[in-house]
Amino acid sequence: MPAPVISATELTKKYKDFAAVDGISFEIASGESFGFLGPNGAGKSTTMRMIGAVSTRTAGDLSVIGLDPNQYGPEIRSQLGVVPQEDNLDTELKVRDNLIVYGRYFGLPHSYLGPKADELLEFAQLTEKAKARVDDLSGGMKRRLTIARALINNPRIMMLDEPTTGLDPQARHILWDRLFRLKERGTTLVLTTHYMDEAEQLCDRLVVIDKGTIMAEGSPASLIKQYSTREVVELRFGSDRNAAAATKLESLAERIEVLPDRILVYSDNGDAALQKAHELGLNPLTSLVRRSSLEDVFLRLTGRSLIE
Amino acid sequence: MTTTTDAPPVPHVNRPFLLPSLYAGNARSVMERGVLATAKTNWLIVVSGFFEPVFYLLAMGIGLGSYIGAIQVPGGHSIPYAAYIAPALLAVAAMNGAVFDSTWNVFFKMNFGKLYDGMLATSLGPFDVALGEIMLALARGFVYACGFMIVMQVLGLNLAWTAILALPAVVLIAFAFASFGMGITSYMKTFQQMDWINFIMLPMFLLSATFYPLSVYPDWMQWAIQAMPLWHGVELVRSLTTGLVTSALLWHVLYFAVMVLVGMTLTTRRLKSLFLD
Repeated sequence: MPAPVISATELTKKYKDFAAVDGISFEIASGESFGFLGPNGAGKSTTMRMIGAVSTRTAGDLSVIGLDPNQYGPEIRSQLGVVPQEDNLDTELKVRDNLIVYGRYFGLPHSYLGPKADELLEFAQLTEKAKARVDDLSGGMKRRLTIARALINNPRIMMLDEPTTGLDPQARHILWDRLFRLKERGTTLVLTTHYMDEAEQLCDRLVVIDKGTIMAEGSPASLIKQYSTREVVELRFGSDRNAAAATKLESLAERIEVLPDRILVYSDNGDAALQKAHELGLNPLTSLVRRSSLEDVFLRLTGRSLIE
Repeated sequence: MTTTTDAPPVPHVNRPFLLPSLYAGNARSVMERGVLATAKTNWLIVVSGFFEPVFYLLAMGIGLGSYIGAIQVPGGHSIPYAAYIAPALLAVAAMNGAVFDSTWNVFFKMNFGKLYDGMLATSLGPFDVALGEIMLALARGFVYACGFMIVMQVLGLNLAWTAILALPAVVLIAFAFASFGMGITSYMKTFQQMDWINFIMLPMFLLSATFYPLSVYPDWMQWAIQAMPLWHGVELVRSLTTGLVTSALLWHVLYFAVMVLVGMTLTTRRLKSLFLD
């Protein structure tokens, strides 16, 4: 593994008595795509803010590109591209000016920023919108502009806080494609998400985080292998029959989870498990055999769903 | 995606001797942003700010002044009423412009535009942001002052060559009000709280020896008014445009220098605790 660009040891952030981040340790390698996966309020954004040198830690050690964020805020931030959870584009400026002015904040010269802004508008598929007002852009376009803006300083590390939350499926796929291209070019990506599919698409490695602590760490595939079975059968019997069916199902799978609306049966062979369920005389209203996902990992680790 | 060739690959941050981690030596970019945004959206407000003191001067100085005639100032001199209030209006204009830019403008950016969140995610520090915003307020104040000085010159209200020194004086006054105003605004969360700023500004404008000498007040009130910043501004500018310069001028300058220092410290600290918690 190449030398880490970010390393945290027992990193802690407390607001009065409440520990938003409670002693987490991790390392992120250069060129890696690393995710923080967890529900709202897990401490993902706070961790991102500490890495981004806009929040000071309460305890523990943190090093970003070899520097301490508490001492070297401007130096660290000059190497980061930050995509915050909520767009904070400059609504008083046109689309292209947003990029130029942001580059000026990094002290970059106009001679460099002009061509760079055009290049990034093309990358973000916003060339025709160069002279548009920010408020006239769609949600997906604003998000892409925010990502283009974050790239104006050729950052070594991209920090993306829930990059696709609130976007429609098509806009998400366009965005994922753009982020994947960055990854291919060797940019280190650090992202938070509560979407499983997003983490599986984009992350080489991730930590599952809940209530400020790390629950598990690994690649999406290895986490699924470690904490779940290969396949899952989702069965719906109707809310009043779920409990009765659950007791019968326990015998034919490694593990089952009873959710309010459905039962998840964990098995390496989903079709066989479904077959057996039918043989037991259980006739679910609907059934679905699918591959295990990080959602199942999270459920296993915390006993809760990610999106409640 | 094409690659640009002769481009600097990464930005470079000079670590300043003073305030490292709070300052990146790039307040200019914040000011540039302000000029660009003003030019595109609210230039009308800027233009209207110029006319306000001119209207006051015409109504009060020329109109009302024709009934009042000359006014006695300390030292036994007497000067035309318009020449008496014109420098006060100039100081007030500097105060109003600086306060508008550093309070309402900053209030919106802080609470609605999220502009500073974006700025402070770059290599800028809170001191860059504070200084940049304040420089913008000063630039605007300077343009107003130049315009008003031309009006005063045309009307024959500049009584001495020292009047030209009123321009840097006005910038100093604006600097003091802007740095202080931005610091105070950082505590404001609602529109109701913002109204308190007007509540302080209006009496200060009317009572600070703007339209008549301080000697009309009882002693205790003279002391209270002399503690307020606008009185120092009015006296400073008036002594320069009328040419009645005394050593008191240095005290006025010192008053504003201290105000700048306190204001900048307050603002930088507040921005740090608000955005770099």
